[in-house]
Amino acid sequence: MANQSVQDIIDSEKVYEAGFITDVESETLPPGLDENVVRHISSQKNEPEWLTTWRLRAFKSWQSMSPPAWGHIDHPEIDFQSISYYSAPKSHLDGPKSLDEVDPELLATYEKLGIPLHEQEALAGVVQNSDNNNVAVDVVFDSVSITTTFKEKLAEAGVIFCPISEAVQKHPELVKKYLGKVIPQRDNFFAALNSAVFTDGSFVYIPKGVRCPMELSTYFRINERNTGQFERTLIIADEGSHVSYLEGCTAPMRDENQLHAAVVELVALGDAEIKYSTVQNWYPGDAEGRGGIYNFVTKRGLCAGRKAKISWTQIETGSAITWKYPSVILRGDESVGEFYSVALTNNKQQADTGTKMIHIGRDTKSTIIAKGISAGKSDSTYRGLVRVSPTASDARNFTQCDSLLIGNECGAHTFPYIESKNSSCVVEHEASTSKVSEDQLFLCQQRGIDAEKAVSIIVNGFCKDVFRELPMEFAVEAGKLLEVSLEGAVG
Amino acid sequence: MSLLSIDNLSVNVESSGEVRPVLNGLKLQINPGEVHAIMGPNGSGKSTLAHVVARKPGYSIQSGVVLFKDQLLNEMEPEEVAQSGLFLGFQYPVEIPGVSNMEFLKASSDSLNKARSKEPESTTDFMKRVRSIASSLDLDQDFLKRGVNEGFSGGEKKRNEILQMLVLKPDLAVLDETDSGLDIDALKTVSNGVNAFRESSNGVLLITHYQRLLDYVVPDFVHVLSEGRIIQSGDKSLALELESKGYAWLQ
Ligand SMILES: Nc1ncnc2c1ncn2[C@@H]1O[C@H](COP(=O)(O)OP(=O)(O)O)[C@@H](O)[C@H]1O
Ligand SMILES: [Mg+2]
Repeated sequence: MANQSVQDIIDSEKVYEAGFITDVESETLPPGLDENVVRHISSQKNEPEWLTTWRLRAFKSWQSMSPPAWGHIDHPEIDFQSISYYSAPKSHLDGPKSLDEVDPELLATYEKLGIPLHEQEALAGVVQNSDNNNVAVDVVFDSVSITTTFKEKLAEAGVIFCPISEAVQKHPELVKKYLGKVIPQRDNFFAALNSAVFTDGSFVYIPKGVRCPMELSTYFRINERNTGQFERTLIIADEGSHVSYLEGCTAPMRDENQLHAAVVELVALGDAEIKYSTVQNWYPGDAEGRGGIYNFVTKRGLCAGRKAKISWTQIETGSAITWKYPSVILRGDESVGEFYSVALTNNKQQADTGTKMIHIGRDTKSTIIAKGISAGKSDSTYRGLVRVSPTASDARNFTQCDSLLIGNECGAHTFPYIESKNSSCVVEHEASTSKVSEDQLFLCQQRGIDAEKAVSIIVNGFCKDVFRELPMEFAVEAGKLLEVSLEGAVG
Repeated sequence: MSLLSIDNLSVNVESSGEVRPVLNGLKLQINPGEVHAIMGPNGSGKSTLAHVVARKPGYSIQSGVVLFKDQLLNEMEPEEVAQSGLFLGFQYPVEIPGVSNMEFLKASSDSLNKARSKEPESTTDFMKRVRSIASSLDLDQDFLKRGVNEGFSGGEKKRNEILQMLVLKPDLAVLDETDSGLDIDALKTVSNGVNAFRESSNGVLLITHYQRLLDYVVPDFVHVLSEGRIIQSGDKSLALELESKGYAWLQ
């Protein structure tokens, strides 16, 4: 019939394929947060005294803090007493299991999500042309890690990859040395909350000079109603080591909002490199803006030694609200920080995301490539800070922020802050805003490509500079995810 | 069966609330194996005609019928028109940043095949074929890796349209001022491309402002468009006459 305009395409319904609920019996704490809840979590995990004390200190700090108000986001006040802070499937109360002991209902969940838990399988839909297509996965379901794959193979290389709760037991000296050192408890309201009530998450240690033999990844899933997820990830790359890590997340479709407040700390020592990629696909809420995850996340990496390198790549397509700024502290001389981001918002989603690059060492270098795509009635904000300290002679930064608008009802905003206290630095900033035009759409259609596919092709082209940075195993997945996420924008 | 059959076509365009008639009772028929040229002064409605047959949004057909291979085009989606074998070479090709030419061509070819219930061409065969057509148009291999029309010169954009036409093999190619802004070498390259495309089974509609293209691609019919209708038709000599006497001679 009539011609489809870009707007018509956006108006159609969104399909969120990960939106199902797993029927497992869980033990869930009643809603509410006080000291006893913090103690309860700590004792569930059999934590040593120092960690319980650490958590309680964070809880005290949190009580005196208030949520940040500067984000370009709008939501009803979160009632922190209405959230449950701990939920674990009953079958996994006593911690992670080996694969053949995992609850079959849970295994089926991950199968449905395309997450490979069998060690001989590669990631679903992955290109098979790399000579090493194995990916080790740590699987976190609500508040607990249920299994970690390829542990033996990694152990041979000396790599530690396990749930953080297990690291607390087995490698307390490492956890104690680094926990909260990159992101202090009082860093912000949500970091303080996480420090008090964090449940599970992954721990990675790569020994000196080791190149991690495979991609590591953690898959986070929220299942229970009214629970928050507060995971904590700590990755340490010792001198001259190298690791590539990927994080994925999904949640069921529910009418109420759920809170996710994670903390991720990375430490790269001299000559070490950490590549951290995120494919964030939490439930975004429906077309009217009902439900969806509130995603308030603090992620920061420390380039502690000379020539250390930390690279964040994020594909943010989910969540009702995204508030996150993966950052790098460039303390080592000649260290390198990178941030590559695609943030796609549709319907009534809101994203306020970006990065901070804190230059302290000499000859430090940072690159920021941020791509924001807004469709429907959504709002997408880039917020970035490049700070050059007096000590950071000859520091360099290049920032590029591009926004792509689909339709006429969405918004894109850019807040790039630059604070330079060293005159020898070079800071470059480029920004652009463009629209998916009717003419581009028509060109595609005239070449036989339907409008839905056309929007996806145009958006994928726009994101190319970021997709290039993803581990090859996941680049294809990311492209597909974008297509699915745009299905709301794309029919 | 004729390829394109247009009868009594009247079309309005609407922009910023203002409606104006652009085509008024246009009639045209193109049969397989024929090359038609449409000439006319700026603003006479040439691009409008091309856009209407390709079903570009924004044009409202007031009366008349447009049949493509006996199918009524009036209500079709643009991609359906393309899938049934009509190709439009754009006067002003737009950029699609970050999407490589090769990638775009493959997506296009796959979509066309799918709509025709055919298997997609294997990537290797496809790339080979595209590379060889590109080199026949003096386009180097790097050109295929660049974003669609991204930073292309005027001449490159036009040659890219011809490349797409040759790769996608439509039944009817409507080329809207593909000759404009080309130097003589590029004009020859483009003309060679069009001549290579010509077959007894397909047709070409050349929309042009100048007769010089017609020295290289010899049309079977020449039509003059003025104020939204064809006021005169003839063979190649009409184009030459127009050139020497100017459009005013016909009015
Ligand atoms: N989308 C449009 N909006 C407004 N006016 C248009 C539009 N398309 C064409 N026109 C008008 O219609 C007339 C014919 O335009 P066009 O078909 O582009 O002519 P030509 O290609 O022969 O130069 C011109 O007066 C032009 O301004
Ligand atoms: Mg024109």
